[in-house]
Amino acid sequence: MLSRLAAPRTGGMLALAVVIALLPLVLSNKYFYDIAVLVGLNAIVCVGLNLLIGYAGQISLGHAGFFGAGAYGSAILASRYGWPPLAAMLATTLAVAALAFLVGRPILRLKGHYLAMATLGLGIIIFMVITTEDRFTGGPDGISVVPLSIGGFVLQGERLWYWVVGALLLLAVWLALNLIESPAGRALRALHSSEVGAEVVGINAAEHKLMVFVISAVFASIAGSLAAHYSGFVTPGKAAFLHSIELVTMVVFGGMASTFGAVVGAAVLTTLPQLLTVFEDYEMMVFGAVMMGTMIFLPRGVVPSVARLFRARRREPADHAETRR
Amino acid sequence: MNLLRVEGLSKKFGGVNAVEDLSFDIRPGSVYSIIGPNGAGKTTLLNLLTGVYQPSAGSIALGDHDLTGRAPYEYARQGIARTFQNLQVFFNMSALENVMVGRYMQERCGLASALLRTPRLARAERACREEAAELLCYVGLQDYLSAGADAMPYGALKRLEIARALATKPRLMLLDEPAAGLNPTEALELDGLIGRLTGRGVTVVLVEHNMRLVMGVSDHILVLDYGRKLAEGPALAVRNNPKVIEAYLGSSAAQDASIGEAIAGAVTMAAEMHR
Repeated sequence: MLSRLAAPRTGGMLALAVVIALLPLVLSNKYFYDIAVLVGLNAIVCVGLNLLIGYAGQISLGHAGFFGAGAYGSAILASRYGWPPLAAMLATTLAVAALAFLVGRPILRLKGHYLAMATLGLGIIIFMVITTEDRFTGGPDGISVVPLSIGGFVLQGERLWYWVVGALLLLAVWLALNLIESPAGRALRALHSSEVGAEVVGINAAEHKLMVFVISAVFASIAGSLAAHYSGFVTPGKAAFLHSIELVTMVVFGGMASTFGAVVGAAVLTTLPQLLTVFEDYEMMVFGAVMMGTMIFLPRGVVPSVARLFRARRREPADHAETRR
Repeated sequence: MNLLRVEGLSKKFGGVNAVEDLSFDIRPGSVYSIIGPNGAGKTTLLNLLTGVYQPSAGSIALGDHDLTGRAPYEYARQGIARTFQNLQVFFNMSALENVMVGRYMQERCGLASALLRTPRLARAERACREEAAELLCYVGLQDYLSAGADAMPYGALKRLEIARALATKPRLMLLDEPAAGLNPTEALELDGLIGRLTGRGVTVVLVEHNMRLVMGVSDHILVLDYGRKLAEGPALAVRNNPKVIEAYLGSSAAQDASIGEAIAGAVTMAAEMHR
C-alpha cells in the first residue's frame, strides 16, 4: 500500500490533488486566484510539451504558436461567428491537431538544432498570420472573447475558473502519466535514447514523434482556448516567440522527463516574476540569476534533482551496510 | 527452404564498395557466422540485413517476404532482431524497461487505451513486466532486475541487448561481436547462451572476432574480405581453406601444415589488438 502511494502515478496525483484542493486556503484575494489560474493553464501546456521535449527528446520552439492558434480559433469562432464556445473549442482543437500533423510530418525528420529552427519558423508564421490577418484577428490590437458558457451556464469569476482549470490540470497530468507508462510511452523514451535501437525492436520512430508532437500541440491549443475565454481578451503576444521560450524554460527548469516537474516549472516561473516585483527595476536581473543558479545547482531541473537527492540519502545507510560486510 | 536469402547485395559509400555483390542463404535453426579482418564489411552487412542501411544493389528476403528497401522497424516486424557492437541500450530506463521495450510489437495498443490506461492494457503491462523479468534471468541478469541501465557494467549491458532482442520473439537474431570487451569467463558463457538460443528455434547470425567462440558454435561460416565473399561453407572446411589463411596471414603461411590453428590464434590476436 505504502509503496503504491510512493509510486509517481498514484502518489504524485494524490499530492497534486491535495495541493489544488488546499491552495484556496492561502489564496486571500482575486489577484492570487488569477495567478493560480495562469499557473494551471501554463502547466497544462508544459505537461504536453514535456512529453515532446522531456520524454521523446524532440525540441519545439514554436508551441506558443499552437497556444495562440487555440486562443484565436476559439475567439474568432465564438465571438465573431457566434459558435457555442465548446463547439468552437472542439473545432479549433481538431484544426490545430491537423496543422500539427501536416507540419510535423516533414519537420520531425530534422534533429536537434535544425528541428529547433523549423519549429521556431512555424511559431513565427502563426504569429505573423495572427498579427496581419486583422479582418479576423483584430491584428496587433487583439480581439475580445465571449465568456465560456456551457448550455446556459456561464463560467465566470476567478474562483470558479480556479476549480475548472485545477480539474483539467489533474486530467492532463493523468493522461500524460498513463501515456508514459504505456508501450507507446516507452517507445518515446526509447527513441529519445537510441533511435536505431528503438527501430530494430519494431518501433516506427517517425510515427511516434509525430503522435507526441500532435498530442503536445493539442494540449497547448486547449490551454490557449481556455486562456482566451478566461481573460476575455487575446493579443498576438500569446503566440509570440518569447512565450514559446518561456514554455520551454518552464519544462527545463522543472525537470525534463518529469510530468510533475513540468507542473512545478510552470508554477515557479509564472509566480516568480510576481514575487520579484519587490526588486522593482532589478526584477528581470534577479529572475535571470535565479534561473542560472537553479540550472547550475540543480542541473536536471528542480523535481528530478530533488528526487535524486532524497533517493541518495535513503540509499546511504544500505551502502554502508554493504561495505561493512 | 531458406530462412534468409541474400542476392547480389552491394553497398557503396562514395567510391568505396563496403559490400560488393554478396549472395548467400541462411538455413533455419543454424548458427551462421560472418568473419573477416577489420574493415571487411561485416558490420555494414549486418546494418544492411536489418534495414539500418539501404543497399545500393541486390535483394534481401526473409522467408517469402522481400524486405529490400524497407525501414528497420519493418525488418523487426518480420522477425529479425539484432544487438549492436557499439551498444544501443536505452540508458534513460531501467534494465527491465529496456526488455519491455523489446516486447513493443506484441503489446502495441491504440493511443486512446494508452492515454486512458484501460484495464486490458494494465493487465497486459503486468504480463509484459513478468516476461521481461524472466528474460533478464534467462540471459543471466537476475542481479539487475531493479537496476537502471546506466548503472550496469559493460558485460551485463551486452546481455541486456540480447534479452531485449529476444523479447521481440525473433526468427533470426543477429549478434554483432557479442564477445568483444568481455572477460574470458563471460565469453565462455556466451557459447552456452547461443546454444540455448538455437534450442529455442532462433536462427543466429554471429559476427565475431573471437575464433574460439566462432569455431565452437558455428554450423556455417562466411568469410568476408574487402566486402566480397572470400569463402563460405561448413565451419571445418572454412577453417582449412587456403584462401582464408592467406587473407589473414599472407601467402607464405598458407603453405604451413597446421594453418587451421594458426588462423585461430592470429585472428584472436588481431581481435585483441583491435580492442
